[in-house]
Amino acid sequence: MAEAAVKQTPTDAMIATLDMPQGGWSDAARRDALARVQAMGLPGRRDEYWKYTRPDTLVQAQAVPAALRDGDDTVLFDAVDRLKIVFVDGVFDANASDDLTLEGITIERLADATSDLHWGRDLYGVLENNGQNPVPRPLAALNTAFAADGVLIHVTGKPSKPVNIIYRRTSTTADAMLHHCIKLDAGAELTLLENGPVAARFNGVLEVEVADKAAFHHVRAQGRDHEQRAATHIFARLGTESTFKSFTLTANGVMTRNDCVIELTGDDAAAHVAGACVGDGRDFHHDDTVFITHDAVNCESRQVFKKVLRNGATGVFQGKILVKEGAQKTDGYQISQSLLLDDDSQFLAKPELEIYADDVACSHGSTSGAIDEDALFYLRSRGVPHSTATDLLTLAFLAEAVLEVEDEDLREEVTGRLASWLERHAA
Amino acid sequence: MLSIKGLKVKLEDEDKQILKGVDLEIEAGKVHAIMGPNGSGKSTLSYVLSGKDGYEVTGGEASLEGVDLLDMEPEERAAAGLFLAFQYPVEIPGVGNMTFLRTAVNAQRKARGEEEMTAAEFLKVVRARAKELKIDADMLKRPVNVGFSGGEKKRNEILQMAMLEPKMCILDETDSGLDVDAMKLVAEGVNALRTEGRGFLVITHYQRLLDHIKPDVVHIMADGRIIKTGGPELALEVENNGYADILAEVA
Repeated sequence: MAEAAVKQTPTDAMIATLDMPQGGWSDAARRDALARVQAMGLPGRRDEYWKYTRPDTLVQAQAVPAALRDGDDTVLFDAVDRLKIVFVDGVFDANASDDLTLEGITIERLADATSDLHWGRDLYGVLENNGQNPVPRPLAALNTAFAADGVLIHVTGKPSKPVNIIYRRTSTTADAMLHHCIKLDAGAELTLLENGPVAARFNGVLEVEVADKAAFHHVRAQGRDHEQRAATHIFARLGTESTFKSFTLTANGVMTRNDCVIELTGDDAAAHVAGACVGDGRDFHHDDTVFITHDAVNCESRQVFKKVLRNGATGVFQGKILVKEGAQKTDGYQISQSLLLDDDSQFLAKPELEIYADDVACSHGSTSGAIDEDALFYLRSRGVPHSTATDLLTLAFLAEAVLEVEDEDLREEVTGRLASWLERHAA
Repeated sequence: MLSIKGLKVKLEDEDKQILKGVDLEIEAGKVHAIMGPNGSGKSTLSYVLSGKDGYEVTGGEASLEGVDLLDMEPEERAAAGLFLAFQYPVEIPGVGNMTFLRTAVNAQRKARGEEEMTAAEFLKVVRARAKELKIDADMLKRPVNVGFSGGEKKRNEILQMAMLEPKMCILDETDSGLDVDAMKLVAEGVNALRTEGRGFLVITHYQRLLDHIKPDVVHIMADGRIIKTGGPELALEVENNGYADILAEVA
């Protein structure tokens, strides 16, 4: 046995610890995904796409335990009228969740959905598979193969309130893989909220199919879990005149890799991805990796990522806009900026444009900077204490990303959360 | 009110002495003006008094109502009653003017152990003061000084002064970049704040601002020192003859 273990690859070692759910409509997709993972192998340090982020703790067979903390924050979105879907340690909790019936929407648990005629067959693992090219994302394929739980949401109309997936954690060792699929029919609309600590280690996939004239808004908070390691993936495909907007707030956690892969396949569609991240300490590592493909005419995409890093924290941004041949009148915008509050913190950015159409407007920019000393003095000269002035300027720096949250109440909640984080982590 | 004795200041990073022994006493209720050629140290004096980084005090002292200013942080000086109207007000994208004003007012109140203003109270006062300075609601909502014209920026400085009600106001080249109408408006704002208990130090190149904000005392500063002090007529003398005569007279 010992000899065999030595020869085992990390991919095999990981797979050996996992059980694939058997049977039902997802069976074929899971087996395909397993074959993909085995062919690709889990990411290693030498992979180009993992140049700035060490995948070690995400790919090793056993998750590193993460201590539980008493909630030192108020819970986000508590004041919002929403439909709650609760996962505890990565497992759906029906008692803690609301009744899952809501007009204009059908919600099922992945673990329960077994009918062979299920719509999920056309989505589960499909967008993930599309997203493997040209850049492999083996952790997402691993998720498709082994995710034991998640939700399938079919949006046929305009539900009266947002759906909120809430994560809770009671175990220090929970190693969770969740896979959510969302299908918006033509003209349908959904706001999805996600928040709460998922697990000591979390591998998440969210596949979103946005049909013509449909609109999807996504606001998630990755916080309240100080030691979590997470690799999340969003795969979205957009139809004609559809809208996709996703905003992520990240505070705390030690290792977070957020992949977002969007395909604009219908004309006049808009995709906005944004993130505001605040990180404190040498252990903090946050990576936003975005790939947006324009494959239709007159589409707009925006990437707005802001990171505040202090006490040796590391931030990474890899963002790409690919404009395919024929994707004329593309309007692509990408900005990634970091505010480094000390010399020990670092921000690594790799913005990329690849354009095969001749009538497009694409811009990208990336900056790293410190607090503006003139602005700081101006505020202090008016009596604002140093720490308050620093916080004000930090929030102002993050504001462009937070403004991507369309709903004013949600935006205020996000801003409030950032402000209270800054207060707690006073320099 | 403001007492400066033998103040000597050099640049922190360079071996360059800017102020070479400044003496100045400003009494409550009085307006003093400092005039002087470029590079005489006027703006440096205002920055050092308000606590900007980059300067090193090598001698002398400065106090406000007997309290040593030079040992305090900028925000402590502000809470003690010192206010500097900037020559170049700083633009702060992302921070709303109203938020900024309210944060400043309440931070000072808190530092002095006074009760903070409620949102409603603050709104009422700020609206009234803004109206006097012809600052519209839109300017209050916009980020601090972002996209403001030169005149709007200076009016915004005076609005801050009006809201913060300092004891000692320093106006650094408040007339720079203003046309006559804008200057009048700013001057009216300043004059409205002239009270028995408040001192003013108006730093300017030109006499024209002093037509609108009438000083009690005028000082001429050159090469880091105050070289001549007189009444309002001194400003007229500068206007008519330039600084050359005064510089020659002192030399």
